[in-house]
Amino acid sequence: MPTIIVCLKQALDVAELKVDSTTQRVLTANAPRKISDFDKNALEEAVKLKEKLGGEVITVTVGSEKAKMVLKEALAMGTDRAYLLSDPSFEHSDTLAISYILAEGIKKLGSYDLILCGEASIDSYSGQVGPRLAERLQLPQITYVRALSLNGDTVVAERTLENCYETIKTKTPVLATVTKEINEPRIPSLMAIMKASKKEIITWSAEDLKVAKTRVGIDGSAIQIMNVLAPKMDRKRIVLEADTVKGVAEKLAKALINEGVGGR
Amino acid sequence: MSEFQGVWVFSESRDLMLELLGKGSELAKKLRVELTAVLMGRNVKDQAGRLIEHGADKVYMVADPALERFYIEPYTSALAQLVQQHKPEILLIGSTRRGRAMAPRLATRLETGCVPDCTELSIEDGRLVMSRMVYGGNALAKEICRVKPQIATVPPRVFQKLESRGRKGQVVEVDIKPEKSGTEVVETREIEAAKVKVEEAKVIVAGGRGVEKKEDFRILEDLAEILGGQIGNSRPLAEDRKWFTEWIGLSGHKVRPMLYVACGISGVIQHVAGIRDSQVIVAINKDAEAPILEVADYIVVGDLYEIVPALSSVLRRLLKGG
Ligand SMILES: Cc1cc2nc3c(=O)[nH]c(=O)nc-3n(C[C@H](O)[C@H](O)[C@H](O)COP(=O)(O)OP(=O)(O)OC[C@H]3O[C@@H](n4cnc5c(N)ncnc54)[C@H](O)[C@@H]3O)c2cc1C
Ligand SMILES: Nc1ncnc2c1ncn2[C@@H]1O[C@H](COP(=O)(O)O)[C@@H](O)[C@H]1O
Repeated sequence: MPTIIVCLKQALDVAELKVDSTTQRVLTANAPRKISDFDKNALEEAVKLKEKLGGEVITVTVGSEKAKMVLKEALAMGTDRAYLLSDPSFEHSDTLAISYILAEGIKKLGSYDLILCGEASIDSYSGQVGPRLAERLQLPQITYVRALSLNGDTVVAERTLENCYETIKTKTPVLATVTKEINEPRIPSLMAIMKASKKEIITWSAEDLKVAKTRVGIDGSAIQIMNVLAPKMDRKRIVLEADTVKGVAEKLAKALINEGVGGR
Repeated sequence: MSEFQGVWVFSESRDLMLELLGKGSELAKKLRVELTAVLMGRNVKDQAGRLIEHGADKVYMVADPALERFYIEPYTSALAQLVQQHKPEILLIGSTRRGRAMAPRLATRLETGCVPDCTELSIEDGRLVMSRMVYGGNALAKEICRVKPQIATVPPRVFQKLESRGRKGQVVEVDIKPEKSGTEVVETREIEAAKVKVEEAKVIVAGGRGVEKKEDFRILEDLAEILGGQIGNSRPLAEDRKWFTEWIGLSGHKVRPMLYVACGISGVIQHVAGIRDSQVIVAINKDAEAPILEVADYIVVGDLYEIVPALSSVLRRLLKGG
C-alpha cells in the first residue's frame, strides 16, 4: 500500500492583496493566507489514491507557526499525518533552501512511493520547488500532470505540454507536480473538520532535521530580492452607455476607430 | 577577474533559442564576454550554423542518442557537466514547459538560484538583474542571484532575435555522457496549433466563462475577423471545459496586442497578468462590479451575446465605408 507525501505551501491569497498607492508596495505583512490552489489538487489526488489503494497520506509544509492552519485543513481533507518544518532560521528561504529543508524532512520520514506538489504556488508562481526536490532526492519527476494512476510500483501520468499531451511511465518512487485539471478538491465536512482539529501536527525544527544553518534562510538562499513593486495601471476606464444595445455598440465602435483600430 | 565568465543560452525550442541569443548578445556585449549556445540532440549538426548567424560566438554541441527526445535527466546532466567544466556567469534557459521543469533541477545540481519567466534582463554592476511577475501578477519583482552561474528562464516572444547575417563563430563538439532517463514517454497526442501565435496577434477577442457554449465563440470569431485579429480565452475554458488547450494569463500566454476585447471574463488577477501590456483593453461584462472593469479603457456593462454581435455589425459597416 502506497505512502504518498504531499508538499503544501501556505501562500498569500493573491486575490486579497492590497497595494500602497503612494509607494506602489504590495502590503503582504497581514495579508490573508491559504493553501496554495494547486496544492489542494495534489492533496486531493493523494487522498483519492489512498481511498482506492489504501496506504497513507502525509503532508509536509515549510512555514511559520501560522502554517499550522493549512495543515489542519489538510487533515480535514484526509491527511493521515501532518508535519510542519518550522524554525526562525528558515525565514526568507528561496526555492533552493526550501527544497533543501523539504528534502531533509522527507528523508527523515523514511520510505515513500509518491511525492506530489502543485504545478506552482499562487504567490510566487515559480514552479521550482517540485523539480528541485526531485533532484535533491534523486527521483524522476513528472511536471504538469493532468491524470495519474498508480498500479503496484508503476506510475502512469499524462502531462500537458504546449503542443501535445505526453503519457509517461515510470517506477516509484517518483515526484509529480499537478495542474488544476487533475481533479476537483473536496470540501471537508464539518465532522471531518472537527475530527481533524483533535489530530496532532508534528513540528520539526532545524535541530530536529539537522540542517546546516548556512543552507537555510537568507544565508542559504541564492536569490536576493531588490524590490517588489506593483505596476501602475493607467487605464481610461470610460464607461459607455446608451439606451439601446445598438447605441452602445455605435459608441464603442467609434471609440475603437479613434484608437486606430481597423486602420490599414 | 571572476572564475565564471560568459553568457550561455539553451532552449530545446529552436525559435526560442534564437530569441535567447538576441537578448544574450546584448548582455554579452555589455559584459564584454563571449556568447555561447548549447545545442543538444541526437543529430543536430545542421542547426549550429543558424545559431552562429543569430549571434552565437560559440556553439557547444552535444550529440547523443540519449538526447533524441527531451528527457529531464539526460538534458540536465549534459548541461550541468558542461557548465561545471566551463563556468559561464549567466545561463538563459527557454521557458517552455520543458525548460521550466529542467532549469530548477539544473540549478539545484549546481546549488544556485534561478529566476523564472523573466520579462526584463539587464546588467548592473556586472550582475544580472532579472524582473518577473510575482503575487499572481500583482507586482513586478527585481531579483539578483548571488551565486554563479546566474540562471534565468525566459518565455517565448519576450525578446527579439537578431537578424541573420554573415556572423562567424566556432562549433565545438563535446563528448559528454548524459544520464539515463528515469521516465519513459509511451504516447504523445498532438494538440492542434493555432494559426497565428496569440502573442503576435494585433487584436485579440477573448472569451471567458461568460461564453456558455463552445459554438458561441463564433460571435467572438466574427468580431476578431472584422478587426483582423484572433480569439483567445481564459484558463477555465481550457482546464474545466476542455474547449481549448491554451489560455492567456499568468500561467499561459502573455499578450500585448493593440486591442484586447475581454468578453465574459471577470478579470481575476492571474488573467490580467497576461494582458497588462495591451495598448487598449475593452471589457464587456454583465457584472458592473467585475474586476476587469478596473483595468479596462472602454467598459460596456451588458450581455456579451447582445453587445458583441451588435459591435460586429456596426464595425463591419463603418470599416467598409472607410
Ligand atoms: C496560480 C494560478 C494561475 C492562474 N493562471 C491563469 C491564467 O493564466 N489565465 C486565466 O485566465 N486564469 C488563470 N487562473 C484562474 C483565474 O484565477 C480565474 O479563475 C479565471 O481567470 C477566471 O476565468 P473567467 O474570467 O473566464 O471566469 P469567471 O471568473 O467565472 O468570470 C466569468 C465572467 O463572465 C461574466 N459573464 C457571465 N455571463 C455573461 C454574459 N452573458 N455577458 C457578459 N458577461 C458575462 C461574469 O459577470 C463574470 O465576470 C489562474 C489561477 C491560479 C490559482
Ligand atoms: N514552503 C513550502 N512547503 C511545502 N511545499 C512547498 C513550499 N513551497 C513550495 N512548495 C511546493 O512546491 C510547489 C511549487 O512551488 P513554487 O516553486 O513556490 O511555485 C508548490 O505547489 C508546493 O507543492
